[in-house]
Amino acid sequence: MYVIVAGGGKVGANVARSLLRLGHELTLIEQRSDRFERLEDEFEHQIQRGDATELYVLERAGIARPPDIVLALTGDDEDNMVICQIAKEKYGVPKVIARVNDPRNQAHFDLLGISPTVCATSSIMALVEHEVPEHDLIHLLELRRENLEIVEVQIDRDSPSAGKRVEGLSLPEGARLISVMRNGRAEIAVGATTLEAGDQVLAILEPGKEDELRRVLLRS
Amino acid sequence: MKALVVGCGRVGSSIALELQREGWDVAVVDENEDALSRLGDHWPGSFLVGHGMDVDLLRAAGIDDADAVVVATDGDNTNIVIGQVAQKRFDIQCVVVRLLDPARARFYSERGLRTVCPTSVAIETLIEAVRACELPATTAAG
Repeated sequence: MYVIVAGGGKVGANVARSLLRLGHELTLIEQRSDRFERLEDEFEHQIQRGDATELYVLERAGIARPPDIVLALTGDDEDNMVICQIAKEKYGVPKVIARVNDPRNQAHFDLLGISPTVCATSSIMALVEHEVPEHDLIHLLELRRENLEIVEVQIDRDSPSAGKRVEGLSLPEGARLISVMRNGRAEIAVGATTLEAGDQVLAILEPGKEDELRRVLLRS
Repeated sequence: MKALVVGCGRVGSSIALELQREGWDVAVVDENEDALSRLGDHWPGSFLVGHGMDVDLLRAAGIDDADAVVVATDGDNTNIVIGQVAQKRFDIQCVVVRLLDPARARFYSERGLRTVCPTSVAIETLIEAVRACELPATTAAG
């Protein structure tokens, strides 16, 4: 597989290293001369110096072949968006992955149809929420393309759903319970499953239905 | 008519002043508070400090009912993204984006973004200036 990696910071250089170890062919593009010089000995002909948002730099790196995938991993979100747009729409690169540095820019990546994206800050925040739940409903996974998300809810003693069977709950349309974790054991949630205080319930739902789900499971 | 100008450098500030003179209601956004001084002592329009990628700031500057948006920060890629946000998210019909790189300007104008590339204009003007030079006959012939 041929890969272009834009951005030779910690993320880009380590990803490039890992891909090379797996035997892939790649070109790493780094703009800053200090970083480029540090990486040149290691990457030799597999690193080029330049601004990966310039078309001639991308062409020199073989964007017209086109590569199987372009990874936009610079520390600048606008640059990453432009790299992905040029790769996909000008050169027909079949797959791109973009790094999101500032989670507030996620909406812009979505607006421009750039997917998948990886945001370290958002991933860490999701883990923090999971480990130290501040909120009663934790987002575990977003399936952007499917327009679905998987959330975890903790049932309390005073939750309206405690002691009720799943089939007796009036769950919002577009939401289903997946599993119930009780005393360290998970079971698939079926109609006859009775929820109890202390249960951790996984649910799949359309984004935007969280409040309705919360009302049914957690408070009346 | 309402205009929003993002980026208040030499270019952005001049556009803002000119539109305001022509009777537009102009709001200006820049990251740097000092940029306000480029608009003179009595700027009658609004001026907001912040980054043009910040949607809340764009809203506060009135992008929802802007008739035109001019994007002229000093970063080409920032301008490309803000221009597309204005066009696609806020449905602004008249979005004009300043891009210094002719290659990116061409690519994005093919994709429906109204780009203006001062570099291309400068190149054409300079070539015209060279052509207009009166050269000695021998040099021209040789």
